[in-house]
Amino acid sequence: MSLARRILLALAAPVLAFVVAGAVASLVLLISGDDVGGFWSVMFSMPRHRNIVSILNTTAVLYLSGVAAAIGFRMNLFNIGVEGQYRLAAFAAGAFAGAAWLPGWLNTIAAIVVAMVVGALWAAVAGLLRVTRGVSEVISTIMLNAIAGSLVTYLLAKVALTTGNSRNTRPIPEGSRVGTVKLFSDSPTEVYGLSLVAIVVGVGFWVLLNRTRFGFDLRASGASESAAVASGVDVRKMVVAAMLLSGAVAGLVGLPSMFSDSYSYGSAFQTGLGFTGIAVALLGRNNPVGIAFGALIFAFLSEQATLLNILAGVSPDIVDVTQGVIVLAVVVAYEIVRRYRVRLEQAQVAGELAGQRRTPLLTEERN
Amino acid sequence: MSTAVTAPPPVEAPAERRSRGLRFGLYLAGGFVVLCLVRVITGADELTSSGTLAVTLTATMPIAMAGLGGLWSERAGVVNIGLEGMMIMGTLGAGYFGFHYGVIAGIVGAVLLGVAGAGLHALATVVFGIDHIVSGVAINIIALGVSGFLAEAWFSDLEGGGPTQSPPLPTPFEINIDAISGPANTLEGKHWFLISDLASVVEMFTKNLSSLVVFALALFFVTQWVLWRTRFGLRLRSCGEAPAAAESLGINVYRYKIIAVLISGGLAGLGGALLSMVSSSGFQVGQTNNRGYIGLAAMIFGNWRPSGLFMGSALFGYTQALPFRQGTVSVHALLLLVALLLVAIGVVQLLRKRRVQAIGAFAFGVLFLLWYLVTDIVPRDFTTMAPYITTLLVLALASQRLRMPAADGQVYRKGSAG
Amino acid sequence: MTTSTTARTAEAIELTGIGKRFPGVVANHDVDITIHTGTIHALVGENGAGKSTLMKILYGVQRPDDGTIRVDGQDVSLSTPADAIARGIGMVFQHFMLADNLTVLENITLGAEKLHGIGDDARTEILAISRRYGFGLDPDELVESLGVGERQRVEILKVLYRGARIIILDEPTAVLVPQEVDALFANLRELKDQGHTLIFISHKLDEVLAVADDITVMRRGTTVASVKPGDVTARQLAELMVGSELPSPSTEESTVTDRVLLEVEGLELRDAAGRPELTDIGFEIHAGEILGIAGVEGNGQAELVETLIGMRQPVAGTVRLGERDISGWSTRERRAAGIGYIPEDRQRHGLLLDAPLWENRILGHQTRPPAVKAGGWLDVGGARTDSERIVGQYDVRTPGIDTTARALSGGNQQKFIVGREMSGDPILLMASHPTRGVDVGAQAQIWDHIKQARRQGLAVLLISADLDELIGLSDTIRVLLRGRLVGTFDPQHVTPSELGSAMTGADSGADSGSGDDA
Repeated sequence: MSLARRILLALAAPVLAFVVAGAVASLVLLISGDDVGGFWSVMFSMPRHRNIVSILNTTAVLYLSGVAAAIGFRMNLFNIGVEGQYRLAAFAAGAFAGAAWLPGWLNTIAAIVVAMVVGALWAAVAGLLRVTRGVSEVISTIMLNAIAGSLVTYLLAKVALTTGNSRNTRPIPEGSRVGTVKLFSDSPTEVYGLSLVAIVVGVGFWVLLNRTRFGFDLRASGASESAAVASGVDVRKMVVAAMLLSGAVAGLVGLPSMFSDSYSYGSAFQTGLGFTGIAVALLGRNNPVGIAFGALIFAFLSEQATLLNILAGVSPDIVDVTQGVIVLAVVVAYEIVRRYRVRLEQAQVAGELAGQRRTPLLTEERN
Repeated sequence: MSTAVTAPPPVEAPAERRSRGLRFGLYLAGGFVVLCLVRVITGADELTSSGTLAVTLTATMPIAMAGLGGLWSERAGVVNIGLEGMMIMGTLGAGYFGFHYGVIAGIVGAVLLGVAGAGLHALATVVFGIDHIVSGVAINIIALGVSGFLAEAWFSDLEGGGPTQSPPLPTPFEINIDAISGPANTLEGKHWFLISDLASVVEMFTKNLSSLVVFALALFFVTQWVLWRTRFGLRLRSCGEAPAAAESLGINVYRYKIIAVLISGGLAGLGGALLSMVSSSGFQVGQTNNRGYIGLAAMIFGNWRPSGLFMGSALFGYTQALPFRQGTVSVHALLLLVALLLVAIGVVQLLRKRRVQAIGAFAFGVLFLLWYLVTDIVPRDFTTMAPYITTLLVLALASQRLRMPAADGQVYRKGSAG
Repeated sequence: MTTSTTARTAEAIELTGIGKRFPGVVANHDVDITIHTGTIHALVGENGAGKSTLMKILYGVQRPDDGTIRVDGQDVSLSTPADAIARGIGMVFQHFMLADNLTVLENITLGAEKLHGIGDDARTEILAISRRYGFGLDPDELVESLGVGERQRVEILKVLYRGARIIILDEPTAVLVPQEVDALFANLRELKDQGHTLIFISHKLDEVLAVADDITVMRRGTTVASVKPGDVTARQLAELMVGSELPSPSTEESTVTDRVLLEVEGLELRDAAGRPELTDIGFEIHAGEILGIAGVEGNGQAELVETLIGMRQPVAGTVRLGERDISGWSTRERRAAGIGYIPEDRQRHGLLLDAPLWENRILGHQTRPPAVKAGGWLDVGGARTDSERIVGQYDVRTPGIDTTARALSGGNQQKFIVGREMSGDPILLMASHPTRGVDVGAQAQIWDHIKQARRQGLAVLLISADLDELIGLSDTIRVLLRGRLVGTFDPQHVTPSELGSAMTGADSGADSGSGDDA
């Protein structure tokens, strides 16, 4: 297959998905009597500098969440529990950093480690249940999400400082906070320092997947568990390892804003990032580069959504609809493209070989 | 020669099936007696008060409907994690149609919107062969967005409504049989062991009982009958057990799977209607609060069977209801209940000569007893966690005995027969 | 009995000029078969000859691209199994089409509920059929608790329940133990006597000659001969099946040394329910020796291979590879120690179908150069270069190493696997049905590679259902029967029929328990 054709096929699915999602969104707006033109002009308007910064910060967080989900997805392990993992981890890190047992940067680094360990352990519960007791990780992570929510509320009540209606962990001491990167002089918001962790995680994920034995085993387990077992992969170990890794990355999700903006974990801490991460991972085909695009697109859509109400009088929820449709459409489109590609390739192989020698009359019985 | 291999036909399957129903009843009755005992010991009368039971019932039914939806879908081999989204669609439908066109239209609208969500799931999973979990997750995202968007469009300008909630909705007809509920109430007030508790149960069914709840309860019997006693049900289940075999016998597997998923969505939508019109006074954004997922968990808890799934739902419903009924006292009393149940399990295990399990049950029973004795209240968050932890424990301990449909969650392509 | 001479002359099925193409493959072309009513008609041919595709066409699972189908003298178009069932055609699949978690009754009535409902009427009817043919089935038992023979009878009952007059049996004996085969044949003759027409697919010639009235031979997707069993010998049938172009594998001069490379002692394996699957397995393979394992499928061959590669854990016994005791080793350690493995089901166990060939080069060799460097880093360049080498050296017909494994034909997939498993200096090569479902050209090449492995001084464990292959390649042949090694043969002197009787337990006398079916 030529390179151009490959790229075309790779792009066909997401483009198709966006067209479908755009059509659905327009249709919904049309039915509800909203301003369709206004919607599109807002969505396609150039974001202002402060919005760009905000998009970048959201992209980083969604990227981390997406990678966390993708690590499991690559081996058909549905870690729906990123949500619970990152919330518990962010709380633990916030409480730890707020306690300030260590000075300055040491405290920061230790808190990051705490977050990763807590996220990993929480995810490992699901992994262990799966390999020792055969419990589906889908159900167990959903249960663990709910448990994490209650647990965090309970623990927060134990350690929190209450101000008015909100509860927060102790503020992270000045010396342990992480600075920001000023991109634009006219923007009041800045890029969180820990957002850059996303780049490290992305590169690490790519290397892990494509250049290490562990990554190969992970992909092999996802592509064909039976073949992986026959090749010597210990699938049970891989399940636990993938869950640990996935949870560790999930643990990072809540940190950029906590160390550069809110300086504590509180009852108003952003939720839902874990579920959006799943969507982002699916959009990016669980591929390190693809997830980056997915995160960027979702962050862009979310940021533009905040303008919809003001500029076009359209509820920003329409963007949630659009995001959901994109995910569903993109997955369907990938499947259709995949089938087309398989057929194309088989025909092509047969064609090329016929050139060398006559077509093999028979290969095997179909089953 | 041909008779050489003939084996004597052992006949035990029907008997086994009968005993399953019997066992279910025994467990239910046994659990209830222990509950009564705990009430008498602790004096936490709300444990079995008719008020608590009534709240439990209304909390149980939405979960049970989601679970029943899951049962239909998974019996046909399609995992439906999109129940949550379909339920959200149901609450929205009940809100819109219920407000504008009355109770019946609200219920029908809820079911239809649930079916619409399910249609998407069926299209993605059955027709296009997408992973069931992926499709379900996407549907949940879409439904959440749709409900938020349409709620704002539909309810913002209505009196009593707002961008995230509908005006109060009409409630379905409520059944009151004063002739029975009156005396039952008197009896309940006596706080006699078992008798007063049973009176509470009677009262629950005769006072302010929503007709929609009765309808939902009836659906359990309908499901049991349709899935296990009719040709349609047999075909549907065969698609979840061995779709290739079904297709080889001329059954249109896609059709049954699609129908099952649509019914699943309708039931989840009905669960949404129950939430908006019975459990609360109207539609609210985020009202489902993961009940779709909980329904799925209840279904697994119940081993893909209507009776077990109802028990699972009731467990969730009860723990959701109890904190609202003298929460601190009632929930604390629950510790004793757990302790007693664990001891009971320990005794059963000992009789079955499973010593390790028995010791484990006894040990935890003692721990819960100590917890009960040395504390006065249980933090609220622990109560909300309890059903989830229970489900996890049940899954972890009983996973070997759970039997999901053999082809559940697998993508089936037409022409796979042979 | 009742439908004697008149029925025999009528034609139940006439297939004319049937053709079926899949992308890149011609599965059937110019197939002509006439099947007489009230006969047992055998369809024989090698794996891959197109028998199963043809029968799927006749049962409406696949639609033919060319040709006509006539059933009882009428032209028909069969686009779904339901059409075929309506025409009185039923099929018993090789891989049973049963739902384990449903009862016998439910499995049988499924799709035919209109006949007798799914209640007591159906139960009565099933019991009646079961008695008439001596099937001995209980309608209310769950299928999961049945043995293989019983399951097959459920399948046949399923077909009879629908009133089928024409019954297709796809390799019905492949999974049966000898007693069950005898019982099956008795059932078939009974069915024939009552006027049914049976189409019996097989590649086991002795069975075909024993039970069939007519035989049609298929080769390379088309029908090549129609014969009567009285007119041919097994040898002649075999020649018709394989054609003259097929080279028979022939043993070369012995290269067997006295250095033991694989030593297995007292190996025992049980299934989840604790039933023995392998019992007291012990053998040695020397450097330069090919040990062939013969046996009817399902007698423990797959279990033996999976235990030796470390995918299943035995309850007792030792395995020594060279000087080392590898009994407790994981699959990965065993492969790293030099076990090459050509799995029986290459698509499930040997390949990542959607990955390019060069990535498949890494599979099973995740610990060794050239695909992986020390410390667990993949060597993409090394894997690619070595894949090119395999493609060239083993004549894998592919446009390139970036082509996905799925796109290749079965024979080329298998050649790639053989090439891969011969890389990295293996000590032991385990080949499980290495030429199954492979085209003739690739078959000869694979045989050459196995012989070359022997010359290089490897120990080779060869498992095959093809007796000619075993006799032609092996230095020693052992027979596996019900999980035990029951006989040792010298391929120079043994005949297929001698092996056959050992495989069916006919000459052992001992241990003739009726398998898992009693």
